[in-house]
Amino acid sequence: MSTFDVELTVNGTPRQGSVEPRRTLADFLREDLGLTGTHLGCEHGVCGACTVLVNGEPARSCLMLAVQARGADILTVEGLANNGVMNPLQQAMWESHGFQCGFCTPGFLMQITALLVENPNPGEEEIREALSGNLCRCTGYESIVNGVLRAAGHDGSPPEPRH
Amino acid sequence: MKPPPFDYSAPTTLDEALALLLEHGEDARPLAGGQSLVPLLSFRLARPSHLVDLAGISELGSIVVDDGHLVIGAMVRERAAERHDDVRLLAPLLAQALPLIGHPAIRSRGTIGGSLAHADPAAELPAVALLLDAELVAQSRDRGKRTIKAADFFSGFFTTALQPDEILTEVRIRRPALRTGSAIEEVARRHGDFAMVGAAAMVRLEDGKIADARVALTGVSDIPVRATEAEAILEGAEPTDEAFATAAEEAAKSLSPPADLHGSSSYRRHLATVLMRRTFKLAAQRAKEAA
Ligand SMILES: Cc1cc2nc3c(=O)[nH]c(=O)nc-3n(C[C@H](O)[C@H](O)[C@H](O)COP(=O)(O)OP(=O)(O)OC[C@H]3O[C@@H](n4cnc5c(N)ncnc54)[C@H](O)[C@@H]3O)c2cc1C
Ligand code: FES
Ligand code: FES
Repeated sequence: MSTFDVELTVNGTPRQGSVEPRRTLADFLREDLGLTGTHLGCEHGVCGACTVLVNGEPARSCLMLAVQARGADILTVEGLANNGVMNPLQQAMWESHGFQCGFCTPGFLMQITALLVENPNPGEEEIREALSGNLCRCTGYESIVNGVLRAAGHDGSPPEPRH
Repeated sequence: MKPPPFDYSAPTTLDEALALLLEHGEDARPLAGGQSLVPLLSFRLARPSHLVDLAGISELGSIVVDDGHLVIGAMVRERAAERHDDVRLLAPLLAQALPLIGHPAIRSRGTIGGSLAHADPAAELPAVALLLDAELVAQSRDRGKRTIKAADFFSGFFTTALQPDEILTEVRIRRPALRTGSAIEEVARRHGDFAMVGAAAMVRLEDGKIADARVALTGVSDIPVRATEAEAILEGAEPTDEAFATAAEEAAKSLSPPADLHGSSSYRRHLATVLMRRTFKLAAQRAKEAA
């Protein structure tokens, strides 16, 4: 099988590699670029652990081939913090105890990042709807939802009251 | 859970893509959003030797309005269609159906054409296409373009009228008549999962009576089906709860849904009855509001 050159931008930095077409974006990020923050759970699109942003849109990196990402702008969990300082979303999730084992966290953070860009002040229903494709086996989701509400508050508007 | 080896091309024109499909024969497959095909590869349920990526073909990626029809390119992403004003205006049922597909991160990659070509019996879009009498346009190198009615497109379990050398290029949907309302509802085990059963309905009112009622079901057969008994019962009737209940119950009698781990045949029939009733009612309500 032939190999393909992949050039793309990851977290603002141009990166490149050479892959077989069957290489998924997730494996490319993890194995070829050493960015192991993106986690793999189910490898068939169901758990959301591998979610990254592709040109600003959330996508399952286990369901995308690296060759399909040529020229794309990818944001992974490694791109959220700034010089080792957590961004407001990470800070809010940390303050809300939005994770336990942390396996699901990178996927949640990326999906929430996309949600907050589209809707900076989501209500609880909207948050649950947006996160319904991300599975967490530890937290029971309450603390994750609280983390998003807290993060939305960081943008100047108070979180909606809980009911 | 890793895909087997395959070759890959990324043509930038439809002609190029059609030539590649012809050259590689039955071992080649178009790749659209990959949200169904990549899992099939990873499970090794599909073993194509060559994938022809359609994402670089700009002529497949637009939504236009042409002569009262909404024309959606096969490579339009589900999420993009969901956000598009013309879709909401001209094909409200499609706009109602799209958010029921999987999750945002699935819809940002998955395409309208991919969902139709994949023809999952539980999928929303095939039922919507059937209900709306959508026209599906397919093209091959040797035989050129042909238009396939949705009623003739879905031929079996994950099977369509598309030939291996054909690419689905666009879907044409006629704008609804005046005083028409639509609704789609489904029951799934978990939010975002493929539904066990779904119903999409459309009701057109004239002088307070039902002039036209249609309903299509997912998950009750190997292809989406119209419940024509219910439609016939409702034609000319008053849009009352009783009429909708009778129509749904009568139509459900002739269904013999498949049974699996998620639900027995009779449970699915029950779901179909309830969902038909609900969607008829909601569609009629929306038709009244539209008047
Ligand atoms: C976790 C998860 C949940 C999901 N939930 C739902 C759901 O609830 N409802 C639902 O309907 N779908 C659901 N899907 C599937 C999703 O809608 C897919 O996007 C869709 O079924 C396939 O579209 P695609 O563009 O990804 O196509 P691909 O996966 O790229 O292709 C699917 C098949 O269609 C063929 N094909 C694609 N485009 C064309 C074309 N233009 N011409 C000819 N052949 C073509 C391919 O060769 C392949 O055989 C889900 C998927 C996942 C991973
Ligand atoms: S690893 Fe990609 S969705 Fe589970
Ligand atoms: S924190 Fe353990 S899976 Fe979510």
